[in-house]
Amino acid sequence: MVLRHYTVPILLAVAGGVLLYVAKEELVSLYVLSVLMFMGVNVILATSLNLVNGYMGEFSCGHAGFMCVGAYVASILGVLLFSGHKAFGAAWLPAELAVWGFPLLILAGGAAAALAGLLVAIPSYKTRGDYLAIITLAANYIIISLIENLDIIGGSRGFMGMKKIVNGMEEAVALPWMPLWVLAFTVFCVWLLRRYLSSTFGKGVTAISQDEVAAEIMSIDTNKIKTITFMLSSGLAGIAGGLFAFIVGYVNPGSFNILKSTEVLVMVYLGGMGSLSGSILAAILFTVLLEALRPLQIIKWVVIPLLLIIIMQFRPEGLMGNRELGDLFPRLKRFYRFK
Amino acid sequence: MLASLLQNLINALQWGSFYALIALGYTLVYGVLTLINFAHGDVFMVGAYIAFFVATFLLAAAGLPGWAALALTIPLTMLLTSLVGVSLERIAYRPLRRKGANRLYVVITALMCGLILEHANLALLGASRKAFPTLIDEQVYTLGGVSFTNLKIAVIVTAVLVFVLLHWIVTRTRVGMAMRAISCDKFAVPLMGIPIDTIIVATFALGSGMAGLAGLLFAMSYPILEPYMGALIGWKAFIAAVVGGIGDIRGAFLGGFLLGAVEIMVVAFFPSTFRDLIAFSVLMIILVWKPTGLFGVAKTTKI
Repeated sequence: MVLRHYTVPILLAVAGGVLLYVAKEELVSLYVLSVLMFMGVNVILATSLNLVNGYMGEFSCGHAGFMCVGAYVASILGVLLFSGHKAFGAAWLPAELAVWGFPLLILAGGAAAALAGLLVAIPSYKTRGDYLAIITLAANYIIISLIENLDIIGGSRGFMGMKKIVNGMEEAVALPWMPLWVLAFTVFCVWLLRRYLSSTFGKGVTAISQDEVAAEIMSIDTNKIKTITFMLSSGLAGIAGGLFAFIVGYVNPGSFNILKSTEVLVMVYLGGMGSLSGSILAAILFTVLLEALRPLQIIKWVVIPLLLIIIMQFRPEGLMGNRELGDLFPRLKRFYRFK
Repeated sequence: MLASLLQNLINALQWGSFYALIALGYTLVYGVLTLINFAHGDVFMVGAYIAFFVATFLLAAAGLPGWAALALTIPLTMLLTSLVGVSLERIAYRPLRRKGANRLYVVITALMCGLILEHANLALLGASRKAFPTLIDEQVYTLGGVSFTNLKIAVIVTAVLVFVLLHWIVTRTRVGMAMRAISCDKFAVPLMGIPIDTIIVATFALGSGMAGLAGLLFAMSYPILEPYMGALIGWKAFIAAVVGGIGDIRGAFLGGFLLGAVEIMVVAFFPSTFRDLIAFSVLMIILVWKPTGLFGVAKTTKI
């Protein structure tokens, strides 16, 4: 079928259109909309962590730290440029420009987080396994602690002012910008990861996970691959962080602690190591589960881990194992193509 | 100057003792199973709560004097806490191990077990903090400007004794020999007629017992209990164990004291909010400098 080349773009366009219509006509409540947006953020987080933990076979448990860098850089830049802040003075650019500047803000957050990823990437040349896990953990603590000690951006009290930018964007052009951008960035991230992993260069990532020494002998530049993979993974986490900051409108270092990293880890392993569609599925399921069990309050955090432990007992390789959707249902491949 | 340095040193030794006691449990389990038992910090928290209930019961219901209550609380706490650790192993980890799941799935299960312990505690006992009863009167001695309490000395001495005991168990007894054998070759050990599951249960019992002891000592030194007290200290003790070279008892002991010393010294010379920042930066530099920790041995990889 020739049409199968267009299935995914058409489906995404339809999804975007439905989202636009639903948000504009206010058919669903703001709450449902925000849950949908968190779903997108979680999908980015889970797939980007899967790149390191699943495909490269390392155990990174400080993903929230990079998310934190992205969130802070995107929000500080945004407030500096478009809305003004009592510590930095008036805005440098008119607020209407935020409509065009917004994706650049998020990407800048991603770039900063990618640079922070070097904190883990450079030690990874010599260190591996559980020792590298500790370095990621320490990196998470260091980043949070650093921000807590920077008083100019609010320290542990947090940083706000992003809601004004989002409102400014909606005033300039009356569209539900946040849901659209979250959808766009989510699709972009998954597409980028898919392209990266199926490229010749990206095959080296899987080679490292299977046998690093053998990969090096086969003339794979393992240090280069590790650097780029860690930077890509943390950069995408930074994008997720930037989106998160603008959805909530408020960031504080406490919301990017180890517990957040744990949540992302759970999503990756629930979906299965080395399966992008597994991560997407798990991120969506996990977000829905979190919201559905909200009335249970504190017992929620007993029920969810219990549920996950039981799932692990029955499927010890995660929901999807290391297969993609197309491997599980080969007939589906006739109808879509996503590369 | 010298007095304040000595004072900080004693504080560092006490603070490091808690890290060392918890890190020993991490390293024991890791050495045998190569499993990062992320629930261990919460086992420590459960240990503190068990100590609280046992001590309150013995003081109030049985009406024992403080020293007798303490003498009974120590073994009871260690026993009950090791029961918690062993049941975690039986219920959650062993079935996964039998199925041959990837090691990291067991790690995630351990994380989940920790979350359950924390929040079940919160749901059952409520968010109010518990005040630990005084078992022995704290006496302050002052020696040349350096003040220390009998409790501080007891904590440090206990940590050293526990280390010596564990080191003896691992290097000199049959159980210890079996533990070392399992960490060498998991597949050959059952062929030699060593009951692998019994040894693993013994390891968990030992490690959790140490965590229970640490919980009791911590509750006596800082008599406020809350459900989240184990999470942060557990993560930090794990980091200490890795910096020492995980799987090595000497490494865990030394790493615990190192982390304690760095934290206390940072607080002594910088604002206390810099504690995590500087402590973790130091640990990271150590790991970059020695990628397998202070006592770790680099494994040769074969193709």
